[in-house]
Amino acid sequence: MKIMTCPLNGPRNISEFSCFGPVHAAFDPAQVSDAEWTHYLFHHENKAGVIREWWRHTPSNYFFIAERNTVTDEIVATYGPHDRAAQGVSA
Amino acid sequence: MSARLPFPYGSRIDRAKSLSFTFEGRRYEGLAGDTIASALVASGQWAMSRSFKYHRPRSVLTMAGQDANTLVQVGSEPNVLADTRALSQGLDVSAQNVAGSLDFDRDAILDKLGRFMPVGFYYRTFFGPGKNAWLKVWEPLIRKKAGLGKVDTTLPPERYEKKNLFCDVLVVGGGPAGLSAALEAADAGARVLLVDENPVLGGSLTYARFGCDLNESAALLADLTKRVRDHARIDVLVDAVANGWYADNWVPVISGRRLYKVRAREAVLCTGSLDQPVPFRNNDLPGILLGSAAQRLMRHYAILPGRRAVVFAGNRDGYRVALDLIEAGVEVAALVDPRKAQDHEALASELVAAGVKIMLGARIVEADGKRHVSSVTVRFANGASDRIACDLVAVSSVYVPTYQLALQAGAKLGYDDVTAQFSIIGLPRHLALAGSVAGHFALDTVLAEGRKAGAEAARALGFDAPAIEAPQDAERSVSNFEVPIHADPRGRDFVDFDEDLQAKDIENAVKTGYAELELVKRFSTVGMGPSQGRHSALATARIVARSTGRSVAEIGVTTSRPPFGPEKLGVLAGLQQSRFRHTSVHEHHLKAGAKMTPVGAWWRPLHYGDDSQRDAAIVAETLAVRRGVGMLDVSTLGKLELRGPDAGLFLDRYCSMNYAKQPVGKVRYCLTLNDMGAAIDDGVAFRIADDLYYVTATTGGVDRIYADMCWRNVEWGLNVDILNVTAVFSAFNLTGPKARRVLENLGGVDVSAEGFPFLEGRVGVVAGCPVRMMRIGYSGELSYELHVPQSYGATLWESLMEAGREVGLVPYGLEASRVLRLEKGHIIVGQDTDAVSTADELGMTWALAMKKPFFIGKRSVELLRRAPLKRRLVGFELPPEERNRPDESCLVIRNGEAVGHVTSTCHSPTLDKWIGLAFAPADAEEGTEIAIKARNGAMIRARVVSPHFYDAGNNRQEV
Repeated sequence: MKIMTCPLNGPRNISEFSCFGPVHAAFDPAQVSDAEWTHYLFHHENKAGVIREWWRHTPSNYFFIAERNTVTDEIVATYGPHDRAAQGVSA
Repeated sequence: MSARLPFPYGSRIDRAKSLSFTFEGRRYEGLAGDTIASALVASGQWAMSRSFKYHRPRSVLTMAGQDANTLVQVGSEPNVLADTRALSQGLDVSAQNVAGSLDFDRDAILDKLGRFMPVGFYYRTFFGPGKNAWLKVWEPLIRKKAGLGKVDTTLPPERYEKKNLFCDVLVVGGGPAGLSAALEAADAGARVLLVDENPVLGGSLTYARFGCDLNESAALLADLTKRVRDHARIDVLVDAVANGWYADNWVPVISGRRLYKVRAREAVLCTGSLDQPVPFRNNDLPGILLGSAAQRLMRHYAILPGRRAVVFAGNRDGYRVALDLIEAGVEVAALVDPRKAQDHEALASELVAAGVKIMLGARIVEADGKRHVSSVTVRFANGASDRIACDLVAVSSVYVPTYQLALQAGAKLGYDDVTAQFSIIGLPRHLALAGSVAGHFALDTVLAEGRKAGAEAARALGFDAPAIEAPQDAERSVSNFEVPIHADPRGRDFVDFDEDLQAKDIENAVKTGYAELELVKRFSTVGMGPSQGRHSALATARIVARSTGRSVAEIGVTTSRPPFGPEKLGVLAGLQQSRFRHTSVHEHHLKAGAKMTPVGAWWRPLHYGDDSQRDAAIVAETLAVRRGVGMLDVSTLGKLELRGPDAGLFLDRYCSMNYAKQPVGKVRYCLTLNDMGAAIDDGVAFRIADDLYYVTATTGGVDRIYADMCWRNVEWGLNVDILNVTAVFSAFNLTGPKARRVLENLGGVDVSAEGFPFLEGRVGVVAGCPVRMMRIGYSGELSYELHVPQSYGATLWESLMEAGREVGLVPYGLEASRVLRLEKGHIIVGQDTDAVSTADELGMTWALAMKKPFFIGKRSVELLRRAPLKRRLVGFELPPEERNRPDESCLVIRNGEAVGHVTSTCHSPTLDKWIGLAFAPADAEEGTEIAIKARNGAMIRARVVSPHFYDAGNNRQEV
């Protein structure tokens, strides 16, 4: 079983976590076209490489962001949702 | 029983304690410490099983539990490895895979019919005669012919356990390398777990001959073992198999009926290597075994494996086996070495001095014998042949590293041209190898490499460990035997003993067009037997490489996956903890005779009274609510508290109606959509204060809704705290025309129609219990839902039952609740909805506050509304004369096509007719008919009606 490092609770079994999908830049659904909206709903990038996702540590209900490499199956980094600026990523 | 060798042979046996057992109905004697196989061989009983396809007698090959030859039935336990299972008094052992008896197997005739069963024959042969011939004729026949053991289905249950273990360094394998690695890592300060599949530590030190004096290696073994046993930071598990490698050093270790789930920060694999058999004709005869197996028989069990031996030596260790045999008193008739030259002259001189004839450049091409080997035919480099009488052939040709765990961890297999061996390359982080698995053979190198791996593992964890230099491996140029394997045209030169596959079978698989190893495996089944290719992988790779003109490194081995060895289903199932939750009045339900049912994690009353009176009970409970008053335990409902200045704004964004504008004291329906606009949950929101909402969710949905709410709030960043208080509150729904009377009897809260109208909430005290009350209900009758801290649950339940006695209050169960809500036309999310059903399809357009700037799913609702509605959830009823009954999930048919399905249906006791909800085409107007295909195939004509079958005007619930 894989280990994931929770920014709040440290390294834990992956069975304690659940994935909440890719991190998207915030946007107002009312301001996007139908095509953009359906693309957001139904087209997933499925990128080979490092992706950013929302994860939850279930017992503590803590949400954070994980970067993982879908090719090597490595968890590259995990950090709290408010550390994004620190990671050089625009919200 | 023949005499055993004198001490110090027999390290595992207790000569003073004899044990008797039976094999194939005959009585045998063995010694304490024997395995079943060693006791049998000591008694002269070599044959232990018949082979899978040709029913040839088979015997000891590895003496290490690594082959399938010794699989036997012990009592009611099938597939026991006789060479590792300890003997105990009175064991009842029998051979597997025999027709008749082991000695006279009727199916031995199959050995003569081999040419009618070429490789892959089952893919080409069993198509006829007639349809389903495979299922009806062939499969049952083959299963019987090829079965392994008998399962006793009457066996009483056994207890299996699981345990978690954590360590800094896991060392797999307790041989010289593993012992050294464990000591070095522990000395540096690491907590070490050492795992070995044998009953005692020591690995090859317990049986093999090294380049040193025997007393020297025995002293080394005693010293290492004692230091490991005495070390405070080393835990040792013997008789324990590390049976796989999973991500981040998560290793299942199986010992008896216990599964240890080991998590190691660093792992050192000292899993050793596997001595390999060599294909020549009749290489499976009893009496032909691996050199290491002969050494184990002598050293562990003091058994002389034969009187006159021929040793087939493709490496240095073959020469050492010959010396061991001579020392024990075996006459070594010849040493056959297929290499043109050897690089260990000292060993050869010792043998020559002992009178052994060394035949360089020669090969064994055939063995003869009926039930046991009696001679071998040797072919020399010049083409001449000689026949040598013998009753033992010891084979030491080449080693294959025990690569399984390392490959499962992501390492790759290479091929070392110098040593003509597989090598393991590209190890992942936090994993190291030492000992012969890493290609180290000289004892001093093995010990130093073990210490080095242990020290490096400790250093990786931040411990202070010395830098260790390992000496050059003096035995590296071990120059193994790599003579091309020539298939004997007459066959019976087995590559895979488990599956009875001969060299020509592998060649023919390649000729048939399966040039890739994975395809060769699937076509021929090579490596698919119980020993999983441990003795066939290298030979197969060499044959495929030669047949396709590629290198052995290019061919490699098939993908290595857990488990390493067979594991019992009991080990996997283990103790399954079934987790469940009881409401605060669970005992009250049981006392009232409730039939309980699991709902998610909860147990809920299905109905009250005897199961045989189920239908009558449901009708009685339903009518009690319609005519008098009933009470339902709804403690399992999800309950959430949203607190903070933005609580209303949050709910506005999360659910579909208006909540920020909802006055304090009001209760409002909550429909939750997903981004696609599909309904995923529902409940109500009671605004207790400006900044406090008490929100319910469905029993099964609350965990997901709570998680989703919290996640959205991380993104939205609103000033609200969300708390899951499901377990904090018990809740009871009091419903029926006489519900008000019950509460009036208790007092404390004004429950009059004017003082507490429909869809309002109150906070107060009832029967001494602090309650949150809501005028809501699922049944369509006058209803009050009372939520109390769960510690008050029993008190409130008892008080309500007592206060309701004069008006005939009864508790009712889930079944009656489902009937009541269906009569009223309330949907159950998850039953009457699917993954894409929208509020418009469900007839709940009223629940969408489309003027709000945003709520989850709004964008999709707007988009979907630009296309015509395709389907709707409609109500239907059956005409009185209809005899067939629809069931949930029965299809709605139009013009022969499925256009919808029934989501809920029941007979309404109140209306005395069959009613239901179904998805139907949007144009199925009220008054028209839909066709429903019943389970028995009959077409039912049902009339489309309003889904609010009962009291469509809400005159009963709003009183």
